[in-house]
Amino acid sequence: MPSLKSLRLRITSVKSTQKITKAMKMVAAAKLRRAQAQAEAARPYATRMERMIGSLANSVRGLPGAPRLLAGTGKEEVHLLVAVTADRGLCGGFNTAINRATRNKARALIAAGKTVKILTVGRKGRDFLRREHGRLLVGHVDFVGKKVIGFADAEAIATQIADMLGKAEFDVCTLIYNRFKSVISQIVTEQQLVPMTVAEEGAEAKAATAAAATGPRATYEYEPSEEQILAQLLPRNLSVQIYRALLESAAGEQGARMSAMDSATRNAGEMIGKLTLTYNRTRQAMITKELIEIISGAEAV
Amino acid sequence: MAQAATAGKIGFDLVSPEKLLLSADVDLVEIPAEEGDIGVLAGHAPMIVNLRGGIIRIHEGGEVTQRLFVSGGFCEVTPQRCTVLADEATPADELDRVRAEARVKEAEAAYQAAARADEATREAAFARLLSAQAMVAAAGR
Repeated sequence: MPSLKSLRLRITSVKSTQKITKAMKMVAAAKLRRAQAQAEAARPYATRMERMIGSLANSVRGLPGAPRLLAGTGKEEVHLLVAVTADRGLCGGFNTAINRATRNKARALIAAGKTVKILTVGRKGRDFLRREHGRLLVGHVDFVGKKVIGFADAEAIATQIADMLGKAEFDVCTLIYNRFKSVISQIVTEQQLVPMTVAEEGAEAKAATAAAATGPRATYEYEPSEEQILAQLLPRNLSVQIYRALLESAAGEQGARMSAMDSATRNAGEMIGKLTLTYNRTRQAMITKELIEIISGAEAV
Repeated sequence: MAQAATAGKIGFDLVSPEKLLLSADVDLVEIPAEEGDIGVLAGHAPMIVNLRGGIIRIHEGGEVTQRLFVSGGFCEVTPQRCTVLADEATPADELDRVRAEARVKEAEAAYQAAARADEATREAAFARLLSAQAMVAAAGR
């Protein structure tokens, strides 16, 4: 049976752990609110961008010499996986989910005879994937020490991807990130960036413009030309898609951390309850034992 | 959409990737398109244009009420709306001349460095340089 002193020490230690997890939960809640606001603010640009791309892409898609970002390289040999994870742990299954999804996809692609390259965003993804697929990693970006993710950060990643595409270093690019559904639920999402998937977005966009134009869909005039606008619009769109994924992931991370810390706080509470019970029982048992010793001693006299 | 209430006005939205900066009904907007400034009134023919670095002027009752600097982007015009997707936008009064000049220097260096690159890179660098110069010009006043 543990001594009273060691029990007392354990109770204090669990109590201070609980204080820490509680504080972390509060911090995550505050950061979550900020991340959500940021994701909210980024939405208008993304939806309008989609609308423009939708109307442009359909008119250019069929043409030969369509930009690579839109049409891809026409092959499907080399896959680039972009895995978006957090830089820090203590957020439940958040990072593990992404890592596992990326690993499984890489394995499946390799088994199918494709070449795989991996670009990691966030420290946790690199740390994990380096172990199994170290040779496949082609790049890494993280935001350690950065408070807010800016559009420039997303742009840097997009430029890197576009450069690689320019040199035909991959054929298909897929982004794997956690979509923020609610505080307790983040969904691992695979989004194909290159070649671009406009089909369903285009349909949505069409519906949106049709509603906005209150009549048959207007045909646009383009200045300078469709190709030139598209050449500028596509890299921009890539950045926007990545920016959106980064923000979703940032909000998801805080949400995951919040619920992880919440259950940690609860677990600590339970443990304190159990330990206190054992402590009191032990104390009582000792008192009883001492009394018996005194009484039996007195009787012997 | 309340057409009757805003007759003669055009809905103007200015969005940057980070947020919606402005959404208002205005009389006229002047936008710095790649091939020259365009004035947009309500009922304009639908079009999509590239923007260069320059100033968006919002006219209200015959006067310029707001001036905003954009470093580039796109603009979508429909008869009812004018939507500017700016790469970056700042009210012209808040521009910082020193920062703008620093940016010109950077852009110049990048352009020099791109001298031997392919045409697309060079053009992109040149566009950035022009945009930075426009920023200085806008900050000067």
